Amino acid sequence: MDQNLESGDGVRTGVATYIVDAVVAAILLALGLTVMITSWRLGAGWTPTGPGSGYFPFGMGTLMALSGAVTLFQALFGKNKNMEVFADKEQIVRVLQVFIPAVIYVGGIEIIGVYVASAIFVALFMIFLGKYSAIKAIIIAVAVNAVFFLMFEVWFQVPLYKGLVDPLAFLGY
Amino acid sequence: MEELNSLFHGFAVLLTPMNFLLMLVGITLGVLVGVLPGLGGANGVAILLPLTFTMSPTAAIIMLSCLYWGALFGGAITSVLFNIPGEPWSVATTFDGYPMAQKGEAGAALTAAFTSSFVGAFLAVVMITFLAPLVASFALEFGAPEFFSVYLLTFCSFVGMGKGSPMKILGSMALGFALACVGLDTVTGQLRLTFGLEEFMRGFDFLIAVIGLFGIGEILLSMEEGLAFSGKNAKINPAVVFQTWKRLPQFWVTSLRSACVGIWMGITPGGATPASFMSYGLAKKMGKNGNNFGNGEIEGVIAPETAAHAAGTSALLPMLALGIPGSPTAAVLLGGLLIWGLQPGPLLFTEQHDFVWGLIASMYLGNLVGLLVVLTTVPLFASILRIPFSIIAPVIIVICGIGAYTVGNAMFDTWLMLIFGIVGYLFKKLDYPLAPLVLALVLGRNAEDSFRQAMLSSQGDVMIMFSNHLVGTITTLALIMLFWPLISKIIAKIRPPKEDEFAAHREAE
Repeated sequence: MDQNLESGDGVRTGVATYIVDAVVAAILLALGLTVMITSWRLGAGWTPTGPGSGYFPFGMGTLMALSGAVTLFQALFGKNKNMEVFADKEQIVRVLQVFIPAVIYVGGIEIIGVYVASAIFVALFMIFLGKYSAIKAIIIAVAVNAVFFLMFEVWFQVPLYKGLVDPLAFLGY
Repeated sequence: MEELNSLFHGFAVLLTPMNFLLMLVGITLGVLVGVLPGLGGANGVAILLPLTFTMSPTAAIIMLSCLYWGALFGGAITSVLFNIPGEPWSVATTFDGYPMAQKGEAGAALTAAFTSSFVGAFLAVVMITFLAPLVASFALEFGAPEFFSVYLLTFCSFVGMGKGSPMKILGSMALGFALACVGLDTVTGQLRLTFGLEEFMRGFDFLIAVIGLFGIGEILLSMEEGLAFSGKNAKINPAVVFQTWKRLPQFWVTSLRSACVGIWMGITPGGATPASFMSYGLAKKMGKNGNNFGNGEIEGVIAPETAAHAAGTSALLPMLALGIPGSPTAAVLLGGLLIWGLQPGPLLFTEQHDFVWGLIASMYLGNLVGLLVVLTTVPLFASILRIPFSIIAPVIIVICGIGAYTVGNAMFDTWLMLIFGIVGYLFKKLDYPLAPLVLALVLGRNAEDSFRQAMLSSQGDVMIMFSNHLVGTITTLALIMLFWPLISKIIAKIRPPKEDEFAAHREAE
């Protein structure tokens, strides 16, 4: 599934893969060390009742740190540095175009509840990224969420999050 | 034979109208889920799991396992028509499936894929029918050290048999284990790794990880290529189906071999994905038209699909008999069993007879019905993919969000899902395998508990892992797996590689 996408002039520019590899490895290393330290404090040794509470996590933290350290080393100083571009500007923009609205959407759920937030999310997504007309987008968004509402609230009887401000309270669910 | 009696009893349980309906719903949803990116088999099962709490366990697992079969079938549709694997195990199907579609043989490719899937799964279920009670009875001899050795084998196989950097596999696995340790320690009652955060007290639910890693991660990855999906047309008419069925029997050796690979990989936890690749590779070397693979050889579709489906099905054997899932989706199903209060393992066969045999019967029927459903509805599912991605993508994100919320009725989980989404995106791009992470998250506590129990009974002596034949064999196997990359390199240096002869032969032909 690795397809090399080329921008207009046929050359991809962006962060090299080995740098991202190194960053992720460094994070893994840091997390591993954190786990090791916290588990050590919990008691990673042997107690009269068998391995201490921190024994297993400590071991796992060690493996994480080891993996992170080796990968970090290989990424930065290894022989075959993966010089391929991790993601060029176009790709990153496209990914963020989905991710950032998704973050805002989840924030929206907190405030106005799942159904209303979802309807707005789908509608706006269709309008801005799909270039649909506002009317079409709103109709589809509301229709899909009405189906979800029926599915969850009425049929499955699984109540979903209604948010701090509950705009649909008038429906009685 | 007793197994056949139990099997017929299972069919009786299954063939109630309600269960049959659930089967159809499950299969249809499964194919849909397999066809849409972001709602993979593991993810789809994970999302629907909380919704099944109101059903009886038998009904619920029939629906969920049929969802699983559906997803196994569905992954092939997008692989052949769009060159986009709907599931990780469909990647190998794209190698020859898409070229076939490009040559105008999409119908034949799809028929071959579905039929091979059916054959693979059927052989695996037959194996399960007869082997499962055997394994269960012998699993009664399993004590804590034995269980831990099997967990060890599982995870060492990932490191040994996995493709790519062993360090990354190890890192992914260790991360999963560390995440599994967060929360309340059942043995000592202490809070571990919670960093004072209330929300961490519940620990990380594997369902959230699955939805985030496989769901959101997949969507983010798909978005890189933009919102355009264009696929080849698929016309499956009965003529094409029968023609293809006539062609298939000549490849029975490949089918049988792939099924065996699949069954083996499913039981020794490897999963459907490695099975499909391995089987493709073997068929390429040993098959009739091996050197033409990659240009639209029907054999290149038969091999991976048979193996993947066989592996996916047989992954349920260790799950049912030992409580050790052989694949991420089996892991989610295992989670479901535990939530419904069913303890997988030898006792499941004696105490929950109806349930187990109903499930096994549903595997036979589900497969058959699935094959028929999928052959007749391919154009429908293919056209669903013509719905522009800009409508599908947000709807999938909404479904994932709802799925994450329903697990624990906590919005925190939905936020967590987004974080796992980023992790999934990064890990997939950097070749960190996700399966060990998920399996470690699901099995972490169990593995740790068996380890502690084993150590407790041996007073800290690690050699308990070699104390009797059973546990010693499994542990040795595990260690061999772990160091296999090293071992195979050493063997290659000592014995000059034989493959050169074959290559010369092939070129001479």
